[in-house]
Amino acid sequence: MLQSPLAPKVPVTISTRVDKVGARPQFFKTLRASLAVLVTIIMLIPAVWMLMTAFKSQTDSVAVPPKVFFTPTLEAFVSLLTERRQLTQDEATEYRARTNLNWADKIMLKRGQVIIGQSAFLKQLGNSLIISIASTFLSIVFGVLAAYAFSRFKIPGEADLLFFILSTRMLPPVVVTIPIFLMYSSLGLRDTHFGLILLYTAFNLSFSVWLLKGFIDEIPKEYEEAALVDGYTRLQAFRKIVLPQAATGIAATTVFSFIFAWNEYAFALMLTSDVARTAPPSLPSRIGTGVVEWSTIAAGSLAFLIPVVVLTFVLRKHLLRGVTFGAIKKG
Amino acid sequence: MMQTTPSQQFTKKRRQLSDRNIMLLFIMPTMIILVLMNIYPLFYSLYLSFTEYSVIKGDAPQWVGFQNYVDILSDTKIWQNFATTGRYTVISVILQMLIGFGLALLLRDKFKGSGIITTLILIPMMLSPVVVGVFWKLMFNPLYGIVNYLLGYTNPNTSPEWLGNSVLALWAIVIVDVWMWSPFVMLLCLAGLSAIPDYLYEAAAIDRAGPWFVFRRITLPQVMPLLLIAVLFRTIEAIKQFDLVMGITGGGPGNATETISVRLYREAFQGQFNTGFSCALAYIVLIVIIAISNIYIRQLNKVKEA
Repeated sequence: MLQSPLAPKVPVTISTRVDKVGARPQFFKTLRASLAVLVTIIMLIPAVWMLMTAFKSQTDSVAVPPKVFFTPTLEAFVSLLTERRQLTQDEATEYRARTNLNWADKIMLKRGQVIIGQSAFLKQLGNSLIISIASTFLSIVFGVLAAYAFSRFKIPGEADLLFFILSTRMLPPVVVTIPIFLMYSSLGLRDTHFGLILLYTAFNLSFSVWLLKGFIDEIPKEYEEAALVDGYTRLQAFRKIVLPQAATGIAATTVFSFIFAWNEYAFALMLTSDVARTAPPSLPSRIGTGVVEWSTIAAGSLAFLIPVVVLTFVLRKHLLRGVTFGAIKKG
Repeated sequence: MMQTTPSQQFTKKRRQLSDRNIMLLFIMPTMIILVLMNIYPLFYSLYLSFTEYSVIKGDAPQWVGFQNYVDILSDTKIWQNFATTGRYTVISVILQMLIGFGLALLLRDKFKGSGIITTLILIPMMLSPVVVGVFWKLMFNPLYGIVNYLLGYTNPNTSPEWLGNSVLALWAIVIVDVWMWSPFVMLLCLAGLSAIPDYLYEAAAIDRAGPWFVFRRITLPQVMPLLLIAVLFRTIEAIKQFDLVMGITGGGPGNATETISVRLYREAFQGQFNTGFSCALAYIVLIVIIAISNIYIRQLNKVKEA
């Protein structure tokens, strides 16, 4: 047999295949995966603990040592949503004898309390919802328009304007709040829904303009140019070509803006007191005096956080972009 | 034959806005809102920072020149607030970088279920800091909180009292901040890692480079720009930190965890309502933030050029 001149004289003993380099890659892969799972479990403990506490009774929630096994009850949720009055001994016995009590009444009767009305929390949750939705809507509408203009037209001083828009977001909220507080006081906008909506709109605008500009930049200009040649006006092209193409981006930006407004605390704390107070500033104030109803606070936190958890799953493909103002597009 | 009258032509022309007008129409609402809600307040508070003024007293602002600034810089308690903020910022940003980067390294190669794990880890950073803070307060409680029990302290009498101890209280805030924001660093690092071209690793493998060498010469430099962006974002946010502190400690015990934002809030909206004084303090904070971000951005540009 003829030896090929290119064949090696000495047999190859070491493989240089990249996937073979490194000892037991499969073992390391498993190790990595199990470490990742472990870290995830540790990071989820607070969330799980909150979920558990929300279904504990008031006494179970402050048991020493903390109870891992307990009888779940809806006591905390009833307590969160209602105003109650403590009953005297005689009243309690009288109430126990009644047969027309519903399940919520019965739960509270175990604590010796009677439900006398709705709590402020429902209203605050409602305020949060109204203010978040309205300000999100406004910031998206104005944001899409401005983002389109920044993306498609030559604007004098464009880079400076964009930087200015972003820089408004970097301000510490307290810096802006003092003058806003004075301005709102003289205009009668303090503690109103409109006042907070306006402020949240302004703060979300900087974010939505940046994020949406990134999304619109990715839509090829040629689509619109073709439409313009076909006799569309600029506005028609914007409405019929750009908006549908940017739908995903708009949806992602909407969810982000909503979460920001929903979570906002500092402005709401300083500019609202009663009428327009949202849920975040009301939770710490529940700790204030007397016995802390931890299970109730857990139930309130849970009710407040669950929408965000759901939305995070919806957003997972766009998270990277969102949390960096569209500075980083991959992911 | 149809013929368009001049007036019809006119209306047709009018209906078609020129690009320039559309541009103005599109940008103006945003600009008006931002000027009204950000620029005007900034200038107004700049003016107030040079005055003696309190919202609740109802007297007109009195011009005092740089007096407020002099008062602030000679107030030792404010220097303490800055020191607290600085300590908290440095510790928590460093920890977040280490843990976030570590997590990213664990999750960079896909395995079964890695997608869902990544999303689960990312949840904390989307939550409301103040609500999270309030809940952690329960978990730090020495009697019925779970933190001490998880750490192995089963006797409530001898276990550390996180929020009652001035050193531990700051660490408590750091822990919660790290819990919330390490995922953010992880997210950025994952993006950086996935952008590293495979051929770099292949070349290193052919050269028989050790894992530490590969990490130091390939992985780290390639992720550096994104890591620096993460540092920039987290530093600014940490200096502004307000929500979490209010939720967990409210600045206590004493004023051990009173960050500069909490102090600012107390000056402006509690007690005497020192409006002029707090505006001056707000401006100093603003200048600090601008200065620090400028340093970072320069550093970032250097790394990008290299």
